[in-house]
Amino acid sequence: MLSRVADSLYWMSRYIERAENVARFIDVNLHMMLDLPVGAAEQWGPLVITTGDDLPFAERYGTATREKVIQFLTFDKENPNSIISCLRAARENARSVREIISSEMWEQVNTFYLMVTDSAAGEQVEEAPYEFFREIKMASHLFEGLTNATMSHSEGWHFCRLGRLLERADKTSRILDVKYFILLPSVADVGTPFDDIQWAAVLRSTSAFEMYRKRYHHLTPDHIVDFLLLDREFPRSIHYCLIKADESLHAVSDSPVGTFRNPAEQYLGQLRAELAYAHVQDIITGGLHEFLDAFQTKLNVVGDSILATFFALQAIGEAVTFKTSGQQSAVSSQYSRQGA
Amino acid sequence: MIKFDAYDTGGFYDEMFLPGSHPRPGAMLLEQKIESLSEGELLQRQQAAERALLHMGITFNVYGDSAGTERIFPFDIIPRIVESAEWEWIERGLKQRVYALNLFINDIYHEQKILKDKILPEEIIHSAQSFREACVGLNPPRGIWCHITGTDLVRDRDGQIYVLEDNLRCPSGVSYVLENRQIMKRTFPQVFEASRVRPVDDYPSHLLDMLQYLSPDYVQGSTVAVLTPGIYNSAYFEHSFLAQQMGVELVEGRDLVVADGLVQMRTTKGLERVDVLYRRIDDDFLDPVVFRPDSQLGVPGLLEVYKAGRIAMANAPGTGIADDKVLYAYVPKIIKYYLGEDSVIPNVPTYGCWDEKELGYVLDHLDQLVVKAANESGGYGMLVGPHSTATQREQFARLIRANPRNYIAQPTLSLSRVPVIVDDHFEGRHVDLRPYILYGKDIYVLPGGLTRVALKKGSLVVNSSQGGGSKDTWVLYE
Repeated sequence: MLSRVADSLYWMSRYIERAENVARFIDVNLHMMLDLPVGAAEQWGPLVITTGDDLPFAERYGTATREKVIQFLTFDKENPNSIISCLRAARENARSVREIISSEMWEQVNTFYLMVTDSAAGEQVEEAPYEFFREIKMASHLFEGLTNATMSHSEGWHFCRLGRLLERADKTSRILDVKYFILLPSVADVGTPFDDIQWAAVLRSTSAFEMYRKRYHHLTPDHIVDFLLLDREFPRSIHYCLIKADESLHAVSDSPVGTFRNPAEQYLGQLRAELAYAHVQDIITGGLHEFLDAFQTKLNVVGDSILATFFALQAIGEAVTFKTSGQQSAVSSQYSRQGA
Repeated sequence: MIKFDAYDTGGFYDEMFLPGSHPRPGAMLLEQKIESLSEGELLQRQQAAERALLHMGITFNVYGDSAGTERIFPFDIIPRIVESAEWEWIERGLKQRVYALNLFINDIYHEQKILKDKILPEEIIHSAQSFREACVGLNPPRGIWCHITGTDLVRDRDGQIYVLEDNLRCPSGVSYVLENRQIMKRTFPQVFEASRVRPVDDYPSHLLDMLQYLSPDYVQGSTVAVLTPGIYNSAYFEHSFLAQQMGVELVEGRDLVVADGLVQMRTTKGLERVDVLYRRIDDDFLDPVVFRPDSQLGVPGLLEVYKAGRIAMANAPGTGIADDKVLYAYVPKIIKYYLGEDSVIPNVPTYGCWDEKELGYVLDHLDQLVVKAANESGGYGMLVGPHSTATQREQFARLIRANPRNYIAQPTLSLSRVPVIVDDHFEGRHVDLRPYILYGKDIYVLPGGLTRVALKKGSLVVNSSQGGGSKDTWVLYE
């Protein structure tokens, strides 16, 4: 497969997944705000902080309100991580690999993009935000379903899955971070109905509520972290994402899982092993936020090494080199981007 | 309810109706079917077709339009019908023309017998921008230069069909023919079933067979790729569509590299050899080593590999010489010279501005003529006399005097018309027809081709970049 094509497939899927997760971020916040105790102020600033875009936001919008944050994260074309920007990028990538993906996939990216650009002009989002963000999630699921059902599960499909799952792992870690670090309840709130409501919202925003209930029944922070971080079977859990991403990576290079032939396999394997042998108590004792932040940085290293191994159009004979993106902000590192 | 009762052929040749209001024999069934549709159904189908096009992302990009660079190519669901006997005549004429032009290109880059025999003035070749010095002495695989041709045909008021342009470089539009047909089958199944229409869906198979026929002899299981300038090119949709339909790679210049004397693609598993390139990039940009050095779109060293016979290209570099609008005027003589035959389909009478007598006539009759620049295409650099302003005519007169070699003029034809849906009724609009001809083992002509419609009332310019649309073209069986 052409390197450029692999790159486009990877980013097409990543950007669709990112759009879905931004919708999930907003959705969880909308739900949490509904259940706020009477008199408490709505918190929208933290959402921008988790995306690592707090500075550009402050420059252009000032204080964070519900309308401004939704605008910034959904329709702002200057924000490269807004839903509309993600879909635009996904569509441009899809357009450059139209002959590789199925026409059903292309039509869905196209329809998805048109749906959001149409909404940008209308009032629907203000009036029925839940419905709108639900549609975005469904459109993304439809795309993933079409990818699985209409594209041969060969190299190109593995690059799609790789992109999607690395993105999902990153975003699940950030959703956890929103609740655990940013909305950290005061000690007095722990175990109150309000705390439960917030955790339930986090689970719902990752579509994990029912599956969690089946596994653990009661809402306890440790179990929730364990479920979203370390579960091997739930498809939005970080560990699951890494297992499947690792399988795809090895399918591409046709080498056995558990070994490595290139830096991408090496770093992803290391990260996967770290989760496989982690215990949730150790993580929480060491600081969940610190753990998640370090995880995001390592995941970016994996992303960079995939770029260097498969996509970079290096001149013939030039050694494969890549730099790690070492930039860390106090709260959250920025999202990785294509061609960055 | 849309009916043909009020439809007026306006004194033009109408592709669907005889003078008066009777449909032509081949269009009778279609007319009956349309008339029998229930209230509002036709409009609904038209809208459904447009929606389908938008969601399928069948769009094109327009140069120099900053406001929405991407548009649907407007589509009208009333098909244009070509009857069997007429088609067979067209097919014969096109095969003859392409066969002769191929002989001509080969001669021009070798002995130049046609110049030595004084059939063509030498300076026409020497002054042609599309003549490629680098191609002199070149022997393309199987001796074929023009593998894919998209000849433009027009019909005048009296019903005579002419060749308007030859388009031997990278003719585009065939993807619309195939997609239009899909849309028609979806939106008009009953009408389609009842008519006996020759299929077009096997074009990609013919194209692939032709490309593989060119591959070097030592190759088994050749690798074909379509070379595109990238997603911002106006015809990108088509490049991608054809690659997909043939199941071959779509590559950009940056995906290719010359290594070990071969053209190779950069893949996730290292370099892989390419044997045949269907290139949709102009000669100028193909190889910065030989042609334009500033080209970012091509592949350095490509031509050398080509000359060594280690890759085939369609169309061959240098083919554009036969596409020069000045040379067009000589095509009937070219056919006569190489084949000893008269041309089946006539040329539009053409005045060459390099000839002083003709130049005088052209300048005196600018308000009646269509003037075209020799090296432009896509409806750019063109003056339609009867629809021009005095200022535009003065501007063209200056351009022509400054560089007479670069201009030809032709009488303004009253292009034939077809009915199109305008709001809630039918109106006549002018059309041309671009059939596609493939030259491989044999010469194959796709039945029908792209019918382009000038959607602006009264307009004669059918190019998509200038407000043109398209229709499905139905070539009937006998």
